[in-house]
Amino acid sequence: MSLFLIVLLPFLGALLPGVMNGASRRTCALATLTVTVTALVGLLSQLPALLAGDTPTARLDWMPDLGLNVTLMLDGLGFFFAALILGIGCLIIIYGRYYLSRNDDMGEFFTYLLLFQGAMVGIVLSDNILLLLVFWELTSLSSFLLIGYWKHLPEGRQGARMALTVTGMGGLAMIGGMLLLGRIVDSYDLSVILENREAIQASPLYLPALILILLGCFTKSAQFPFHFWLPHAMAAPTPVSAYLHSATMVKAGIFLMARMWPVLSGTPEWFWIVSTAGIVTMVVGAAVALFKDDLKALLAFSTVSHLGLITFLLGTGSAYAVVAAVFHILNHATFKAALFMTAGIVDHEAHTRDIRKLGGLRRLMPVTFVIALVAGLSMAGIPLFNGFLSKEMMLEEAAHTTLFGMPLLVPVLATIGALLSAAYSFRFIVHTFLGPVRDDYPSRPHDPKFGMWMPPAILCAMVLAIGVVPFLAEPGVFFVARAVLGEAGQIPEGLHLSIWHGLTPALMMSVIAVIGGAILLAIFGPADAVWRMLRVPRAKSIFDGIVAGAVALSRGLIDRLHDGAFTRYAGAFAAAVLLLGGHAWLTGAVAPPVGAPTPANAVAVAGWAMLAIASAAIVVLHRNRLLALVLLGIIGTIVSLGFAVFSAPDLAMTQISVEVVTVILLLLALNFLPNRTPAESSVVKRVRDGAIAVVAGLLTFGLSLHLLRTGFSEPTISDYFLANSYKGGGGTNVVNVILVDFRGFDTFGEITVLGIAAVVIYALTEALIRGPVGTRLRDRRPDKDLAGDMHPMMMVVLTRVIMPVVLMAGVYIFLRGHNQPGGGFIAGLIVAVAVVMQYMASGYYWAEARQRTPYHGIIGAGVLIAALTGIGAWFTGHPFLTSSFTYLKIPPLDEFEVASAIAFDLGVFLAVVGAVLLSLESFARMARRADKKESDHAMDIDPSRGEKG
Amino acid sequence: MELLIASAIGIMTAAGFYLVLRLRTFPVIVGTALLTYAVNVFLFASGGLRTGAPPILRDGVEAYADPLPQALVLTAIVISFGMTAVVVVISLGAYLGAGEDRVNDDGPRIDPVRAGRAR
Repeated sequence: MSLFLIVLLPFLGALLPGVMNGASRRTCALATLTVTVTALVGLLSQLPALLAGDTPTARLDWMPDLGLNVTLMLDGLGFFFAALILGIGCLIIIYGRYYLSRNDDMGEFFTYLLLFQGAMVGIVLSDNILLLLVFWELTSLSSFLLIGYWKHLPEGRQGARMALTVTGMGGLAMIGGMLLLGRIVDSYDLSVILENREAIQASPLYLPALILILLGCFTKSAQFPFHFWLPHAMAAPTPVSAYLHSATMVKAGIFLMARMWPVLSGTPEWFWIVSTAGIVTMVVGAAVALFKDDLKALLAFSTVSHLGLITFLLGTGSAYAVVAAVFHILNHATFKAALFMTAGIVDHEAHTRDIRKLGGLRRLMPVTFVIALVAGLSMAGIPLFNGFLSKEMMLEEAAHTTLFGMPLLVPVLATIGALLSAAYSFRFIVHTFLGPVRDDYPSRPHDPKFGMWMPPAILCAMVLAIGVVPFLAEPGVFFVARAVLGEAGQIPEGLHLSIWHGLTPALMMSVIAVIGGAILLAIFGPADAVWRMLRVPRAKSIFDGIVAGAVALSRGLIDRLHDGAFTRYAGAFAAAVLLLGGHAWLTGAVAPPVGAPTPANAVAVAGWAMLAIASAAIVVLHRNRLLALVLLGIIGTIVSLGFAVFSAPDLAMTQISVEVVTVILLLLALNFLPNRTPAESSVVKRVRDGAIAVVAGLLTFGLSLHLLRTGFSEPTISDYFLANSYKGGGGTNVVNVILVDFRGFDTFGEITVLGIAAVVIYALTEALIRGPVGTRLRDRRPDKDLAGDMHPMMMVVLTRVIMPVVLMAGVYIFLRGHNQPGGGFIAGLIVAVAVVMQYMASGYYWAEARQRTPYHGIIGAGVLIAALTGIGAWFTGHPFLTSSFTYLKIPPLDEFEVASAIAFDLGVFLAVVGAVLLSLESFARMARRADKKESDHAMDIDPSRGEKG
Repeated sequence: MELLIASAIGIMTAAGFYLVLRLRTFPVIVGTALLTYAVNVFLFASGGLRTGAPPILRDGVEAYADPLPQALVLTAIVISFGMTAVVVVISLGAYLGAGEDRVNDDGPRIDPVRAGRAR
């Protein structure tokens, strides 16, 4: 199976659960499981090639100029992580199906889970670091959805927000680091980066890049001091916790450190930063974990601690430690996922995860107890369980590591970490399962269904198998470790994964840790009291403090900048435009003047005079709003006449029809707004505004005059359109051919925007009518009495009679558009006007009763037809929206031309009709609410009254 | 002729600017409509002024008006209708909701977020 498909499958499959939601829960879970299993099988099918020494790749150029390509690569490390993600993913899906209650939306849950899974698989298979960043951010987003899945829980929402903030900030830092890295080697391909160890480490940008990338890894993998988000993410449903915090999300940071290990490690900086962060996280996490009373919180901090352990191992920079790290990633994923599932089972059955309320579950839930015992002892580091083996290797490595010149520091810290780890593992087992059976559980617990305990049981079988016969895991671990090491290191000769290494220092430390852990649990009561007296500062309050500070700062800025004075914004905007314009004027190239000015004729002067007078009048008389509207109409009409005179028939037709609908729109609005604008501004303010306006007018005048008197300083591209319109686009109306062919993609965007605007208007109107405004609208009385004949018969009859004529004109204008002035835009406006006339003449109810297709549908159909026309070009092997045309002869008609562009133009036509009508209809609906008295019939004399009864 | 067009653009801009600076929504909307005309004519004029030469290809005719600004302006006109309609519905909502149609929000500020936080 192609690597593309492996990554894409979870994303595509994410559609399934939502669709299946209507079916049974079993079907929904099964569909999800099928997706993951298919991807896993696909992954496994690559194994033979991998073992043969190949590195399967897949490549698709996305934005090659930016160095951003969809390049995927499968090596040992990627395979290992992908197998963990998909394999544990299968178990989580089975477990989740039984865990979720009937009140939880299973489709939503599995959709998020698959999105997350796809993003994770994407990270581990990316061969391009920019692509990796995309997937990295996707995991942050999808984990946000997963953690906040229980939207009704405030902790869930807060935890999700915190996780997103911390990992998102880290992600931002990492983007910076990756860009620096790409700059050093001049490539964003991982395979190239991995070959340039010397160049990267010698670069002055190495340290900043390292710090930024590590920030991303540490936030994601919850390393101190960014560890605090992880426990709060425990508000998520337990399957999510088990998935995100055992095998996937938090391992992403670890994965990246391992991936970058060959190029970034080995320097003192790497060693200091990574191993210090790791060992501190390990001890701090383990200490906090011991004193947590919530089972999941205990496991969460234990996860933090174990991630610290792995980070420490990657930090020391030795090949031995890398083997140990890989081994511990595997072991931790198995026992920690099992433990999380166990905690979920306890919570599910006993309805509490508070250790203080539990105890004695051994007799009530024997199966769960066995699972918890195996996984817990593995976490504690007891021999014959897999956790022991990798922890032993960690202690061995720690025994030989010196930090800050103190040879004993690391071994002692590592032993303390292991001791605390043993203690909390024992506490998990002893305080939950051992002791007497209590009679005050919130719910009487018993073992869950098979489907719920089977997934952790499978993991426990792995824990035991690896723990008892470690050499089974050896080839796999070494294979992955070799992939991590790359050229930068070799697995030490004679190294074997085994239980018995002789009486090594590590064994001594291990023994101390286990015995010490048992003793610490025995004196847990007093120790707990001491811990509570210490009052360790809570990271959450610090985080909340920082967030509150940032919010206060932004609020202060907003209050100052965005103070509601619109006039001031407009002033600032104008000033900015002037500055930019002045800059362009002073620095830009100026073309020489062209020819003599065109002489003006009397008609032009008359038009100009009308426009000038109307503009002056609108300024003086604007308080009478109806008059202002009339004057605006005059100006618009003259503008469209101007277009007609200066060889732009298409523009003239568009302008005049838009003018009509705009005036109708504003009239509808005036129905609600006051008819007069009160005089408020003082004379000083009016003079000031007048001065600003005059200056703006003079400047645009100067600019326009200059533009008209000089030519272009660069050659224009218009000649290309003139020359190719007929040859390439098959039409003689160049403007239309540009719209539907040359610049068809732009037009496609424009009709989409227009459609969105109309839907926005519809939605806003709907919100207004349903809200408190709606009540006010219903109680509102018009300023003036309604006209006696609201629907004058003359007008009704006239509009109905000319409706077919206007529609015919619309069709004619549309059809001839490719060769003569016209086209989809203009035809759409004309048809819209024809329909609007029916609303105006016969009333809303009459028109609505006869309107069959909703206008949203018309907009959608328009955009869809345009898109399909564009996609059609793919089938002939051309890019999106390439048009083609041919000539047809159907007797008895003359030969005529058929261009695919006309289908596109049909889309434009429909979108324009729908958008215009939907906007106007929305306003009209408001009016209907305001005036319920309007009769169901269009007019007092309605020819069709009889048929409707 | 150039002088006429340029001054017409200037006049419409000035009138539009003045109206945009008024304190009520309706004149601001009318003002933006005027500015739209001015901008559209300006864009159109950037292709030069030609009479009797529409960009409809005919045999034997060589000189045509510049089609590119026309195509740009055509969509601009239609889009500006959409924009006007959105602004109008927003201002209507503001008027019906607040009972007044001032554009400047200089009354006592009630911040819903902060009010909710107060607890």
